[in-house]
Amino acid sequence: MPQKLLVGTTKGLVVFEKMNQQWQVQQTHFLGMPVSIIYVNELTNTWWAGITHHHWGQKLHYSTDEGQTWLSVPPPSYPLAAQMASGKPATLKKIWSIQHGGKDYPNRLWVGTEPGGLFVSEDNGQHFELVNALWNHPSRMNQLEWFGTGRSEPFIHSIVVNPTNNNQVYIAVSCAGIFETTDSGKHWQPRNKGLIAAYLPNPNAEIGHDPHRLFACATNPDVLWQQNHCGIFRSIDGAKTWKDISDKNGIANYGFALAIDHQDDKKAWVVPAVSDELRIAPNQALSVCRTVDGGQTWQTLNNGLPQENCFDIVFRHALAIHKNTLAFGTTTGNLYLSENNGDEWICLSHHLARIDYVSFTQPI
Amino acid sequence: MAKIKFTAALKRFFPNLEELEIDGNTVAEVIQATEVKYPGISGYLLDERGAVRQHMNIFVRGELIEDRETLQDALAEHDEIVIFQALSGG
Repeated sequence: MPQKLLVGTTKGLVVFEKMNQQWQVQQTHFLGMPVSIIYVNELTNTWWAGITHHHWGQKLHYSTDEGQTWLSVPPPSYPLAAQMASGKPATLKKIWSIQHGGKDYPNRLWVGTEPGGLFVSEDNGQHFELVNALWNHPSRMNQLEWFGTGRSEPFIHSIVVNPTNNNQVYIAVSCAGIFETTDSGKHWQPRNKGLIAAYLPNPNAEIGHDPHRLFACATNPDVLWQQNHCGIFRSIDGAKTWKDISDKNGIANYGFALAIDHQDDKKAWVVPAVSDELRIAPNQALSVCRTVDGGQTWQTLNNGLPQENCFDIVFRHALAIHKNTLAFGTTTGNLYLSENNGDEWICLSHHLARIDYVSFTQPI
Repeated sequence: MAKIKFTAALKRFFPNLEELEIDGNTVAEVIQATEVKYPGISGYLLDERGAVRQHMNIFVRGELIEDRETLQDALAEHDEIVIFQALSGG
């Protein structure tokens, strides 16, 4: 199957495909609907699309024929007794993340949601169960440890399954931080040592951190990266400790999106933004920053990107990578792509709706 | 027998949706009966706890229902139920 680029916007799922050496729109699905998540499960060749309707609630659709036909499944559902820390009943607000369970569990799907529940399916998404061990973690009911940021309630936006040990799973919660299980979800431990929570009375608190995006290097899963509210962090010991690798003198610091090279554990990309009160591109110039030495140094890449009067922000799921090709979409509906590791960028569209999600159909 | 009318916006998801006449003593019973005829529709109107979604409105006899949590508003013979979404602008 040829490589495709799936772009989730507030007005539909737009599929780009490279034809005659040019990336072009092939098809638009769910026209007019807010496609808030896309996930390509390469184990089952399934495309997943989540739609967060303003009126009708969260819906979940999948396709096993690359979008020719779509089927619906009931989305994860919170048990009647589930409560948020505020004491209000917990109901599904949004699906933020989907991740397959790895080759040892080919029918498993993990789903991260708002308001803070992690769900698991053992039948490829036909049914979901709340992961009670995480939901009942004592920290979740502490409003100084689990709380919303930019949203009213906490949400699980990143799920990392260790490809060499599928029982080991990391999740990232905004806000709470990183949690790890080594027994497929039966027990969970916070993994936030070395992170900074500058907005808390105790910036070194064990829980209460705000990771914006989390990845582990597929070929060296002990190396994890996160773009965090308070900088960029990297771990080389399986998240036991984190090191701040932000560029203290540059713009690679605050942002949402992150991409990593799964063959080279020292290479990553971020798209900086100005925190917190402005939320615009630094100096109103759109740039991507890349490190090739594990975050010791950062290079600013802006060849082909607008460098003045720019208001673009790139959300956490709107940067994707496949080998040397990167693509990102912005809040102002611009879509950019580079086929040489970010050295040069071309614009694929200036007039999409706000872009929340970007994914290649061959993810790694 | 109550008559139930739906917002046209639901036709996008349920193309065969039409006005119904359904037996039921409460709004909840009418929604349950509607679900039988149009499987999945209650998930568009109600959350997983069975409460009316925040941006949905259900009217009986021209008035908003009082019980948005369990939909126990009583119905009389020939009542008209109107289901409509909140409007948004720009």
